[in-house]
Amino acid sequence: MQPTNPQTTNNNPSSISRSFRIATWLGWQIESNWTDPFLFAIYSIIKPLAGAVILVVMYSVITSGDFADPIFTYIYLGNAFYLYVGAVMSGISWAVLDDREHYKTLKYIYVAPINIPAYFIGRGVAKFLVGSISVFITIIFGVLFLHVDVDPATINWPLFLISLVIGIVMLAMMGLILAGISLLIVNHVWFIGDAVAGALFLFSGAIFPLEILPVWLRPIGYIIPISYWLELLRRSLVGEVAEAFPTFQNLSNPQLIGILLGLTIIFGIIARFLFRYCEHVAQERGLIDMVTNY
Amino acid sequence: MRLSRKAIQVSNNPFPLPQVFPPQNDAKQLGVERLHKNSGWRLFLQTVIARAYPRIIGQQREKSWLFFDILLPLLSVCAFVFVYKAINAPEDYIGFVVIGGAMTAFWMNVLWSMSSQLYWEKEQGNLALFIITPTSMMAILLGMALGGLLATTLRALVIILLGSLFFNVQYAVTSFAQLFAVFIFTMIALYGLGMMSASLYLLLSREAWHISSLAQEPIYLFSGFYFPIKNFSFWISAAASIIPLTLGLDAMRQLVFKSGPSLGFLSVQVEIIILFILSIVFLIAAKLMLAHMEKLAIREGRLTENRR
Repeated sequence: MQPTNPQTTNNNPSSISRSFRIATWLGWQIESNWTDPFLFAIYSIIKPLAGAVILVVMYSVITSGDFADPIFTYIYLGNAFYLYVGAVMSGISWAVLDDREHYKTLKYIYVAPINIPAYFIGRGVAKFLVGSISVFITIIFGVLFLHVDVDPATINWPLFLISLVIGIVMLAMMGLILAGISLLIVNHVWFIGDAVAGALFLFSGAIFPLEILPVWLRPIGYIIPISYWLELLRRSLVGEVAEAFPTFQNLSNPQLIGILLGLTIIFGIIARFLFRYCEHVAQERGLIDMVTNY
Repeated sequence: MRLSRKAIQVSNNPFPLPQVFPPQNDAKQLGVERLHKNSGWRLFLQTVIARAYPRIIGQQREKSWLFFDILLPLLSVCAFVFVYKAINAPEDYIGFVVIGGAMTAFWMNVLWSMSSQLYWEKEQGNLALFIITPTSMMAILLGMALGGLLATTLRALVIILLGSLFFNVQYAVTSFAQLFAVFIFTMIALYGLGMMSASLYLLLSREAWHISSLAQEPIYLFSGFYFPIKNFSFWISAAASIIPLTLGLDAMRQLVFKSGPSLGFLSVQVEIIILFILSIVFLIAAKLMLAHMEKLAIREGRLTENRR
């Protein structure tokens, strides 16, 4: 009888799908069952809303509450959608630390018949769902109370949905890259997701146009896919606001989608090979079950 | 004198712990003196130093933590500075962000390394050991506070230095004595608050993580880390003043920036008095709450509880 090859078994579509589904369910339980649903809902809303209100107050103090200016909508929407970056990217990489250092289950997950990348991406889905609620609430709050000019009738829905889906896939691939790197770094590297998300927040033009950055820093913004993603989301929701800023004025919507898609594919290829490499090195060095008690 | 094999083993022991010795008479027979043990205020002081030690020395051993503890607030500072630049804010507001960003390091330290610390200790099984040692829990908390304060002050200074250099912040200090008093009382009150909340966390389990996480952005907002709190209504600012950083930041802005006094919530003198009162109140409350919560946690069996 031929022995079963676990690698092949775990790479078939049904295994990938099963690993993803179970990890999603597990992630949701971990995220939400520490309290009752009401408190969890409050928690999920207050934190992102407070972050948004900091920017609103800063803007209001300087402009005496001139919320009609396009820069306000630019800042507000960029900040709202950036919640996805922290949620998806950090969510996936955080699962490595959570399972290895906190629950000490990573070694058991590695001996189980599951697809590991699909498992980690699945673990990030719970944070994506919580993040989606936060993004939705933040935008609704802005529309109702702060004159953020998002009108459902004028939204370019196909562009919005295509951009959102490609962007989420791109963030998942970036999360997988961080998850691979997290496998190699011990001493409880809680900061890796936050550091990358913080750096991208600064360079992607999420809360200010890239022209505000010093000239020598702007090229970083142009190679980050999140910059293009946020521009597409702004164009789909509030086209006239996006036109008021010159950053990507020379690029049409299909061109932006093409760039975003291309960068997503590149990140996907890097994620696949880098994760596999990091996983191999981690197994060789005995880091899969490393607990540092930090 | 000829020693028995057991005596040779004991006297060669590089770590002569007192519990390995039999009663004192036997110890004398073995030619080994009993280890001196401190008590009273000496033990208190010894505990404070012992608990502060890993906070200061331990961080030197993990250089990456040091780097990222400075980098993360600095990234936020840069982002908020560019927002102010995008909306053409006056130059002093950029200084407000740099000072506010540096002070976030203290809030993060109090939140994650003071308030939540007893929860982490419980998770790792150290809390029960702390409780059964013949020393004061207040001394342990005070050691954590002093160690954390010193280490965080160094980081905050680096953030201020780098932020000021990057963005060419201009300072106009009106009184160094008042600035020193504001900083000292803010820190005593803040770490007193941290010690007080640490006792509350004795009763918490998994929710401790989420509560700490929830206390970040809302406090940044209401304490006015990036803008003067005078822009809120009086009662919101007054309520926010229960967090010592609110008044501390407001007073610091008034003392180090030209436009500060016109944007202050209360006068610096009044803020110093309130911070002094808060310092005393939080330290006394920390002692009382710790004693109460420790008893409650023992009675309810939560000291060794581990619900991940």
